[in-house]
Parts: sequence; structure tokens; C-alpha cells
Amino acid sequence: MPAEARAFRYIGKKRRPREDRRFLAGTGRFVADLAFDSMAHVALVASPYPNARIVRIDAGKALALPGVHAVVTGDELARATEPLMSGLDLPKVVRYPLAVERARYVGEWVVAVAADSRALAEDAAELVEVEYEALPHVIDPEAALLPDAPLVHPAHGSNLLYRRTFVWGPVEADFAACPHRVTYRARWHRSATVPVETFGVVARWDAASRLLDVWASIQMPKYADQLARALRLPGNAVRTHFDVDVGGSFGGKRGLKHSVLAGYLARRLGTPVRLVEDRLENLRGGDAHGPDRIFDVALAFDGDGVVKSMRMCALDDVGAHAGRAPFQLGKPVSAIVGPYRIASVEYEPISVVTNKTPEEAVRGFGQAPTNFAIETGMDLVARQLGIDRIELRRRNLIRRDQFPYQIPSGSTYDSGDYHAVLDKALAEADYPALVRRRDAARAKGGLAGIGIACCLEPSGGNSAFEPLLNPKNETTTWMESCQVKIDGSGAIVASMGTSSAGQGHETLLSTIVGETLERDPETVRVVRMDSLAALPSNSPVGSRMAIMLGAAASDAAQKLKRQMLAIAAHHFGVAAEALAYRGGDIEAAGEPARRLTWDQLVDIAHRKFHLLPPGMEPGLQALAVAEVPTGGALPTPDGRVQIYPCYAFEAHVVYAELDRITGQTRLLRYVCGHDCGVMINPDIVHGMTYGGIAHGIGAALYERFAYDANGQLVSGSFMDYLLPSSHEVPDITIVDHCTPSPLTRFGQKGSGEAGYLGAPAAVASAVNDALAPLGLHVATLPMTPASLGEVLARADEGEKK
Amino acid sequence: MSQHDLVCTVNGKRRSARVAARTTLVDFLRDELRLTGTHVGCEHGVCGACSVLLDGAPVRACLLLAVQADGADIVTVEGLAPDAEGLSVLQDSFWELHALQCGYCTPGMLIAAQALLNANRAPTEHDIRDAIGGNLCRCTGYKQIVDAIALAAERLRGANLPQRGSDAG
Repeated sequence: MPAEARAFRYIGKKRRPREDRRFLAGTGRFVADLAFDSMAHVALVASPYPNARIVRIDAGKALALPGVHAVVTGDELARATEPLMSGLDLPKVVRYPLAVERARYVGEWVVAVAADSRALAEDAAELVEVEYEALPHVIDPEAALLPDAPLVHPAHGSNLLYRRTFVWGPVEADFAACPHRVTYRARWHRSATVPVETFGVVARWDAASRLLDVWASIQMPKYADQLARALRLPGNAVRTHFDVDVGGSFGGKRGLKHSVLAGYLARRLGTPVRLVEDRLENLRGGDAHGPDRIFDVALAFDGDGVVKSMRMCALDDVGAHAGRAPFQLGKPVSAIVGPYRIASVEYEPISVVTNKTPEEAVRGFGQAPTNFAIETGMDLVARQLGIDRIELRRRNLIRRDQFPYQIPSGSTYDSGDYHAVLDKALAEADYPALVRRRDAARAKGGLAGIGIACCLEPSGGNSAFEPLLNPKNETTTWMESCQVKIDGSGAIVASMGTSSAGQGHETLLSTIVGETLERDPETVRVVRMDSLAALPSNSPVGSRMAIMLGAAASDAAQKLKRQMLAIAAHHFGVAAEALAYRGGDIEAAGEPARRLTWDQLVDIAHRKFHLLPPGMEPGLQALAVAEVPTGGALPTPDGRVQIYPCYAFEAHVVYAELDRITGQTRLLRYVCGHDCGVMINPDIVHGMTYGGIAHGIGAALYERFAYDANGQLVSGSFMDYLLPSSHEVPDITIVDHCTPSPLTRFGQKGSGEAGYLGAPAAVASAVNDALAPLGLHVATLPMTPASLGEVLARADEGEKK
Repeated sequence: MSQHDLVCTVNGKRRSARVAARTTLVDFLRDELRLTGTHVGCEHGVCGACSVLLDGAPVRACLLLAVQADGADIVTVEGLAPDAEGLSVLQDSFWELHALQCGYCTPGMLIAAQALLNANRAPTEHDIRDAIGGNLCRCTGYKQIVDAIALAAERLRGANLPQRGSDAG
């Protein structure tokens, strides 16, 4: 259906985003802005040990403080609730919101205190006495796999959660046939999404109606279902309100444990309960660290640098609990060869537990680290053969005439023109000028480099990595819904059933409904139904909403259009095909005099049953539930699977200079060529891409949840965990390209994770180009000033010797 | 906990209250005055989400005690617009260029930008990046924010005025 020449009225045009105004006026409505009478506030007592038995808890002094209502321990909570969901089939790896018997990481919540104010709750938390017996701990993921390693979950019997070797294609034969190979290790240390708003939740139990109302800064599929299950309530006894603004998430806002705790307390106390993390609770105990990954990779290639086969082992440290984190090793299966024609792959994902904060989803769900590992290899191949890095990529990129293109792991890429996007980015960056600039800086004794990265953003997410990694899970449905109605006054209301964290879904919905019905999007009201009223949603994960909510909105609006055409066809006594729909009015083809206006059609639908076609429902309302295009199939026994329908492409070009003394990397030019098909709202797409690049710069250069040998988190504040500021993020230029997806209603692809998927690889490439004249190569992120300074200092010492 | 009397002006309105000594300015604004536009991000003075103007200067309301604002003139994000229906030139420029996403850092960002524009009619890109250097945004990568502040400065100098209609609420 989509065609490159297709013209749109509203899609792709510069239009002010619908949501922005309320935030600018200071009238956003975030969880912490809600206030209820008699609301109790929660503070938490956290474990100071990475692994310890909880010997005794004495809450006497805390409870004696006036204004303190409850002190809850893990034992109490475990009696009253079900364990939190685990993605893999791991019956002995059990997690509750508060530690039960044993604390498994520094910062794990051990006791919760509820009081009249947060300050009072913190006072009381300090009076709670917890006696611990410290146990041996393990922090390093490789050490966790050694036979004598301390066990994080002794009942599970090992620290290994998942390990499988997938082989797709003739890997051994391809390696044997290739004259060249490179083997390397790429290390991605743990960072995360770290939104400026911490996670927060307010829960209120109504005993008379047996209903738990929940407001949360949530971005999570099936949140209400899981909360109800954990609280042993029927699904229709939990009402999640999605009209709460979420202050950033990028995958990480999945505060199920917070919500279970708040829900339990609300029910026990009979008052509304609020739990809003402070920054330390967020960084240390919020259970939202990101992938922590060691890649061991081998590439086999010919003399021209064409890579034929890849072996990749990815060891991921999920911290102290499993949750959904191991699935982040599964998503990359959908783009395991990146944008390249690598014909065979061996992929060995390994998931381990250690005594660190648990891992949660991060923008791209494991794809950004994988892209970094692949791109590190492409640079190394070029270096080994002495081929230009750009030329090497051109030789390996899938060509535009090869789409749809199936990769060895069974996923088919829908469309793309990777060479054109790379060329556009290089042209925008004036690559020859960048080379001259770099060489001039080097001639003056400086360290300067150009980074290149090409990568994919799989989008439109369904959950096929769940059955891939957990055969007991046969979920193949990953739908999204929309309801559109035209009321008796002719006004349009579109409804969605999830919250947003800055992705502009209200703009998306109003634009697509407006486009389909040919009505000004400004006149479309967008509302968010609560979880009881809403149709099924799987929330904005996996860059899916432009594709999935877009499909549902378009389908619902199309149904309305068909209903209006049927009304007019009956009215004029002609076939619907003989009618033309123009801007909401309908006329008989070639007979403009025979015409029903929007208002007349609405009037008939809502008030003139005698004029409705026989059998038609009165009113104008339609709902649509869209399933992921290409979704619906289980993986094959050898693990081939189509997870995502659409693949956006990005080509990054970055110029960097390094300070030889301080190790500081300065990014002086940044260009990103980006093709996510048809953009619904370019300002929103560009904004998310700029932000994704900034987030990627953080992962590449600054952000790390570092632990010392004692298992203490040493970056538990914004003084140590460094988010890039306006000084570290350069002025970025995005160059658009549009290869429509053949699978979506308007040719759109996803873009919510754009930028982040390639920026870490690109920045690392620039740093390594700068280090190349010294014969150095670094494949560990983040490349902080301290770590690069050390590499440079060692090299200097080596020279002096 | 000792209690103290506090009199200050917030968004042009005189306010008097009795507050606990340990109450921070941001908690006072949000919890007592219910001005929830000012946000709390880190509570240790790094992220800038809680920025307000105090006697014209941008300050971190999480690092000040409410009692320290006794006698002060405070402006929060709710005080930037000319009236309840409108937006300031700065706010409108943010909207025009989509200089925000989730909206959480936005009030602090507007305060930092307003302080800059009050002092500097023609800021360079460097001036702008410096002015918002203490305000963390996780969504935008700062690009559209920098551009929006430059646009606002230009509009405030009388050039490139918004077209009638395009800036209407």
C-alpha cells in the first residue's frame, strides 16, 4: 500500500506536537504531583551488603515514632503476595519487592516504612535495626560462572540462568573456507536509561468496591495484569490510570516491585500510599540497570574484507534477579548480522546472576551493545586488511535490490537503502574535509579520529524473544488497540490505553486519525483510558507505537469512513464504490450536487435511525486491534524467528579529538543519516534521535554503574554517574532518507530507539581512529576520561622505556 | 522540629507560611503552595529540574531551605506565561521547535533560559549551552532546546516574529 510518491495531508508535515503545551505551561501531571487526603509516604531501608543473611529486624523504635503507620518486612510481604514475574522458566530464582531471608545486592530494599510524610518515613527508616550476617559475594560475571563462586540464589544451584548455542548456516565450513579472521573481546559495562524523573507510584484501595486504583510512571507491557497477579487480586480489581505523564523512561520504568509494595500497603493501611524513589533509591535499588555484557567475537572474511561468518558469545550479567533481563539477549537475534550480508552465524547468549542491582530494559533491548560489538569487528577487519573503513562497510552492506532480505537467524529485513543513507551522511559531514581536519590535528601532535557506524533499529516489537528463550512461553500475540468515535456534535475522540514518556503518542494518534478521516488533527481529542476501560495494549516498547498504534488508529478510522460511506450509499441508493469521500463529506462521483456533509452524516448516524442502512449500529464508533505485521509464529527448533517487522537504518559519522593528558574525548562534529521510512511527525522523530545519540554518547564516554571489590556501588549519585550535559553533547545534524516499509499502513517504521543504537559504536570508532597512530585499540565502554587517560599514560610510559 | 515564619513573593503573589526548618524550598513550593510545575530530579543539586528564579537568579530549589527564601521574590514555571491562556515568547519558541519530550526537565530548562535571556539579549550558541549546562535533559540531546532559546532571543529582539495564527494557543 505505501508508495514513495504517496502524498499526505498531515503526515510528515511540520506540526506542533500536541503534548508540548501543557508541559511548557507547567501543568504536566506527573505521579509526584498527585495529592490525596491522608496519603502515606514510603521510605526504604536498603541492604548495605552485597550478599547477607537477614538475621533479625527490630522495628520497635521506628513504629514508636508519631506519624509512622507501618513497617513492612520481606517476610510479611512474601506471605501476602506472589513473587514478581520472571521471563525465563526459573522456579528457584524468586524475587519479592523486599528481600526475604537474604539480601542479594547493595541497595536492595529490606524494609519499607510508611508515614505521614516522606521526611518522617526517612526518620523512621533510620531507626529500623537490621542485623545481617555477611556472606561471600560475586560481582564479576565471569567469576560468577566458576565452580566455587558464591551462589546468588543457592536454591537454583548455579549462577547460570541461560545458555544456548544457536547455529544458523554453515559456520564451520565458512570459517574453514575464509583466509582471514579476527577475534576480539568487546566489553559493554552497565549503564542505564536514568530518566530525570525517578519511578513513582500512588496506590489507593477502595475496600467497599474492592478496587485498587494505581497511578504510576510506568512504561511496561501487561503491568496491570502482573500487579493484580502479584497482589492475588482478579485482573479487574486493579485499575491503572494511564493519564499520568511519565518523566522519561526509554524502557526502564518498570516499577512492578514498587507498585506491589505500594498496593499492599494501601490495602493494609486503608489510605492512599505513595512511593516515589529518591535518586539513591533509583540508582541503587530501582532495579533498572542496563545490560552488562562481555562479547567474545570471531569474524571470518575474505581478502576483500567481505565478512562471511560470525561467532559471537554474549555473556550478560543481569545482577541479582532475572526478571525480563535475559530477554535482552534475545532481541539481537532479530538483527544479529547488523546491516551486513554475513551468511552464517553462531550465537551463544549466556545470562548470569551476580550480587549487583538487577537489570531492566534499556532503549533497544540489548541491540545497542550488540551493534557496538559488530561495528568494533568491522573496524578491526578494515584495520587488519588496511582497507578504508567506509569502503569495507560498502562491500558488506546489504544492497537495496536485495530486499526483502532474510538473515541467517530467520528474520527478514523489510526494506532499506543503506548505501544511499551512508553516502548522504558522509556528504553532509563533508567527509574529505573531516579527514583533512583530522590529519591537520594529528600533524600538530593531537589525537584526532573519525568514527563510523552503521546499524539497524528493529521496530514494531512483538515478544517472539520470549518463546525463543523460554519454550514454555508460547506468546505470539503482541497487539495494540485504538478506539475512535465521532460524537453527536461531529467531534472526534481517539482513545489509547497506555501511558507515554515523551514519545508524542497524542500527536501520533491525532495525526493518523486526521490523515485517514481527512480532518484537521487539531480537532481530534486524544484520551487515555484506564486499564479497565482500555482495549489491549502492549505499551510503547520496541519502537512499536508508530507502527502498531498507528495501524490500530488507521484501521479504526477506516472503519468509520466505511460506515459513513455505507450511510451515504444507502441515502443515494448507489454502491459505496460510486461515492467519493472528500474531507469528511461524501458525494456521488461526478455529481457534486448529490452530497452529504460531515454534519449530515453525523446527524444520520446519531439521530436518524430511519435513514440508517438496515442492520447498522447507531452512532459512529469503531475499534481496531492490530497484530504485529509478520508476527504470530513460534520460533523454529533451531531458533530462527521473525521478531520485528520493520528495520530502520542509521549511519553515524563523528569527529572527535582526545586530550592526551586528561583522556577527555571532545566530539566536534556529529552527523547521523537516518531512514525510518515515512515519518509521522519529523520534529518528534528528530528529537528522539538527537536524544538517543546523547544517551549513546553517555554510554560510550561517561555513564557506568561501577562496583568496587566489596560489592559497593560507587556511582550512586549524579556526581559519579555522569549524564551528558549540553557541554558534552555536540550540535548534531540528522540527514533524513525515506525507504517506506511495505508492511505498514503509511510506510512508517519505528524510531523511538534511534540514535542510541549506533552512537556508542560510532564514538568508540572515533576514539579508536584517534588511538590508531599510537597502535592502540580499546573495546571497552564507557571510555571515560579516567580510563582513556590511563591507556594513554601507559602508552607514554611504554614509549619512554 | 523548629517551625519558622516565612514571607515571600511567588509569581507576583505575596505568600506567608509557617514551615519546618528542614523543609526545602522545592518541597515548600510543591507541597505547601501546590505549585507542582517545579520538579524534583536528584535532590542533590545536579540535574536542575527544580530550578526557580530567586530575586532574578536561577537557583536549585532542592538545595535551599524554604526559610532561606524569606523576603525573596520567586518565579516558578507557572509564573512565566503572561496569563493562564497564553505562553511567553520563550515557551512558545520551545513549542515551535519541539524543545522537549517528556516535559520533566522542561520547567527547569525554561527557568535557566529565562535567566539567560533576562541578562543577554543576543546569546551565542556557546552562551546558551553554558546557561543550560547545569540542567540535565535525557530526552532531547539539547539540540532543539538550544535552537529554541536562540529563536526566542531572536523573537524578543523583534526579528522573526511568530506569524499570526501559528503561535496561537
